[in-house]
Amino acid sequence: MNIHEYQAKEILRREGVPIPPGEIATTAAQVEQIARRLGGMVVVKAQVHAGGRGKAGGVKLAKTPAEAAEVGKNILGMQIKGLTVEKVLVTAAADIETEAYVGVIIDRASKRAVFMVSPAGGIDIEEVAATDPEKIMRLPVDPRYGLQPFEAMEMGFFLYKDVAKARAAARIMAQLYRAFIDSGASLAEINPLVTTPDGEVIAVDAKMVIDDNELDRRPDIAALRDESAEETSELQARRANLTFIKLDGDVGCIVNGAGLAMATMDLVKYYGGEPANFLDIGGSSSPEKVVNALRIITADSGVKAILFNIFGGITRTDDVANGIVTATKQSPLTVPLVIRLTGTNEEVALKILAENGFAATSDMDEAVQKVVALAKGGAK
Amino acid sequence: MSIYIDKTSRVVIQGITGRDGSFHARQMREYGTNVVSGVTPGKGGQKFDGEVPIFDTVADAVAQTKANVSVIYVPPPFAADAMMEAAAAGIALIVCITEGVPVLDMTRVYPYVKDHGARLIGPNCPGLITPGECKVGIIPGRICTPGSVGVVSRSGTLTYEVVDQLTRAGIGQSTCVGIGGDPINGTSFIDVLEAFEADPKTKAIAMMGEIGGTDEQEAALFIHDKMKKPVVGFIAGQTAPPGRRMGHAGAIISGSAGTAAEKIEAFERAGMGVARRPKDFVELLRARL
Repeated sequence: MNIHEYQAKEILRREGVPIPPGEIATTAAQVEQIARRLGGMVVVKAQVHAGGRGKAGGVKLAKTPAEAAEVGKNILGMQIKGLTVEKVLVTAAADIETEAYVGVIIDRASKRAVFMVSPAGGIDIEEVAATDPEKIMRLPVDPRYGLQPFEAMEMGFFLYKDVAKARAAARIMAQLYRAFIDSGASLAEINPLVTTPDGEVIAVDAKMVIDDNELDRRPDIAALRDESAEETSELQARRANLTFIKLDGDVGCIVNGAGLAMATMDLVKYYGGEPANFLDIGGSSSPEKVVNALRIITADSGVKAILFNIFGGITRTDDVANGIVTATKQSPLTVPLVIRLTGTNEEVALKILAENGFAATSDMDEAVQKVVALAKGGAK
Repeated sequence: MSIYIDKTSRVVIQGITGRDGSFHARQMREYGTNVVSGVTPGKGGQKFDGEVPIFDTVADAVAQTKANVSVIYVPPPFAADAMMEAAAAGIALIVCITEGVPVLDMTRVYPYVKDHGARLIGPNCPGLITPGECKVGIIPGRICTPGSVGVVSRSGTLTYEVVDQLTRAGIGQSTCVGIGGDPINGTSFIDVLEAFEADPKTKAIAMMGEIGGTDEQEAALFIHDKMKKPVVGFIAGQTAPPGRRMGHAGAIISGSAGTAAEKIEAFERAGMGVARRPKDFVELLRARL
């Protein structure tokens, strides 16, 4: 789960990370009030779950409260990578001398949380990794002991020669690590971590991604979810316990299992079609899940044909068949449906489908070819 | 022969009285797996289906029934503890089916299990099966048939799809292993490939990977440098957009890393057979057996 910059900053601030003061606004008038309260130069920053906000014009400096209001008016409502900006963070502008990068991620190779720090901050760290790998220090943290002070100091000295600044950075890294662990994050980064002409070390931007598997046991973190920042169909799917990702094609796919769902999308492409979505109904599927899945897929007007690809292991294919019958009785389909179904209770499933006028095949390739042809026919 | 499990495996089921645990306990027993005990804290002394003794702890189950393989069906908040308990009790092979284990938990479980000398498969995996001998986990037994193809995969139903097509084409399997779709899991492709290379019964290997991470690329290097047996590979997620988690927590393209194209290229460089679709496994493997 992504959280907004202002939410990540609140978490870090609670741990003691020095961060310039700021408040959230949803109207230009609020932006002006906050700018007046803060005094001096402010930065108005779009709060959306997308990278490259600056390049898209979603981050602007303002010298006066009036200018802040003007800037706020432009940014609020703006589209960044298809997402509408509903909120802006208005924050005191920092006097920046140098910019560094500090991040913690879960590293699959070392199977640990790994720090990545670089004196080349403020820009995309992946770019630095590709062009100047020697400018990045990596430090895997042993989960049994946590981040040790000497390790944080090594990273501090990698960023700054000055011992006071190195110490300040080390303290921030310890705080960042604690926030990472306590929030159940899979990524936490400060970019940039800046030094000011007064010699202060402060965090100017922050980002955190929370491991979805942590949310059940961290209700305070789960409450940070901003549903207005999510795609409507994806939100509906999540509420129905389905994993759904919208794509641009016209073949709607309903599959059980993530690997098979991906392989099905790939096969649609292989036979010349374009998948409209990724949708995994999961292992233990009830007829209700199928009803919800069909509702979400049919709401997408771009879908020209729908494919069910079900390999029943734990999933009972008769549950899926019942779901198809129920859903199509509730709201008849306006696009053609192709059903591929095999595995647990398939005889029962085929009987249910046949009695209700549905044909089904047991061959995945045959089904995909058929649905691709139907989607193309329907597009004419 | 086979890898990891066979007729002699003595299996304890952690969470045997739960909804999933009890269902799959019956399925495993029906398949012929030697389920020697179960564990549910507080139900020690009872019997599952009137036959399988239940213990309060894995240590008791090991002491009383000499279990050497554990399969875990406990809910995600307790899964990390269950894996560590099994390792501490001296279980040699721990198979964790549970989906949704927090990755930070796995950063602690992985070194713990390793320090205890145990092998962990999963979490978030379908388990493994040596057709005709033993099934540990949830892979449907009827789609498998004994033979000489080793199967290793990061996914569940995609594995069933491929195994089913192999069986229908008359190509049997030595052992099928689902290593799981999480970013941190106990057993990697390389671990399983190494075991298949050493297994006299396995003549060729089918490997199903997916987008995200670099496991498949590392496996390709291993295949090129260390293996004599032929391997056919497939990557799911060729049409996946970057930055989105495709169901499995591990199936995510980060920036430009972990794409299907990059992995398929690694397979080709390693001289492996590359299946473009699940169906291709049949012909590619037949040609290599």
